[in-house]
Amino acid sequence: MMNFSALLTQVSAAGLGILAVALVLSFVRLRKGPTLADRVLALDLMTTILMGMFGVYAIYSRQEVFVDVTIVLALIAFVSTVVYAKHIDRDAARHDEREGVEP
Amino acid sequence: MSVVSDFLALIFLSAGVLFMLLAAIGLLRMPDTYLRSQVSTLAPTLGKIGILLAVAATFETGHVVSKALLIVVFLFVTAPVAAHLILRAAYHDRSPLDPSTVRDDYKSSRKDC
Repeated sequence: MMNFSALLTQVSAAGLGILAVALVLSFVRLRKGPTLADRVLALDLMTTILMGMFGVYAIYSRQEVFVDVTIVLALIAFVSTVVYAKHIDRDAARHDEREGVEP
Repeated sequence: MSVVSDFLALIFLSAGVLFMLLAAIGLLRMPDTYLRSQVSTLAPTLGKIGILLAVAATFETGHVVSKALLIVVFLFVTAPVAAHLILRAAYHDRSPLDPSTVRDDYKSSRKDC
C-alpha cells in the first residue's frame, strides 16, 4: 500500500496555484464587466475562490483553524451579494422614474 | 490518517479545484449576464462542496467533519437565493440579453413589479 499523505500535500500546493489563476480570471471579468451585476457576480466568485483557497490551505498545512475562516467568508459573500442586489434594484427603479418609463 | 481517507481527499480536492477553475473560465467566456450567473453559481458550489469534503476526509475528526457539512448545507440554501436576487436586479436594470436568446418569459412581469 502506498502512502497518499505526501501526494495530498503536493496536490493541494498545485491546487492553490490553480485557484490563483481562477482568481486572476475572475478579476479580469471584474475589470471588464459591462454592467454592475457582472461586477457583483465576479466579486462573489472571487470570494468563493478565496473560500476554496482557505480550504485547500487547511489541507496543505494540516491545520484545522482555517476551516472557520471558510464559514465567515460564506456568510460575508451571501450578505454582500444580497445588499448589492438591493442596491442595483433601487437604482434601476429610480432611473426608470426619472426617465418616465413604465416600470 | 488512513490511506483510504487520504485517497478520497485527493479525488475530492482535484474535482473541487477543477470546478472552481471551470467557473472562472465560464465567467470570462459566457456572452451575457444571465449565462454568466448560471456558470458562476452552479460550478463553484460543486467546487466548494468538493473542497469541503476533501477537508472532512483529511482531518477525520468529529468537529471538522460537522463544520464542513454545516457549510455545505449553508451553501445549498444561500447560493440559489443570492443568484436569484442578483439576476432579478440585473433584469430590472435592463441588462442586455444575448442576441441569440429565443424567448423571454419574464418580460410580462415588468408592468406589475
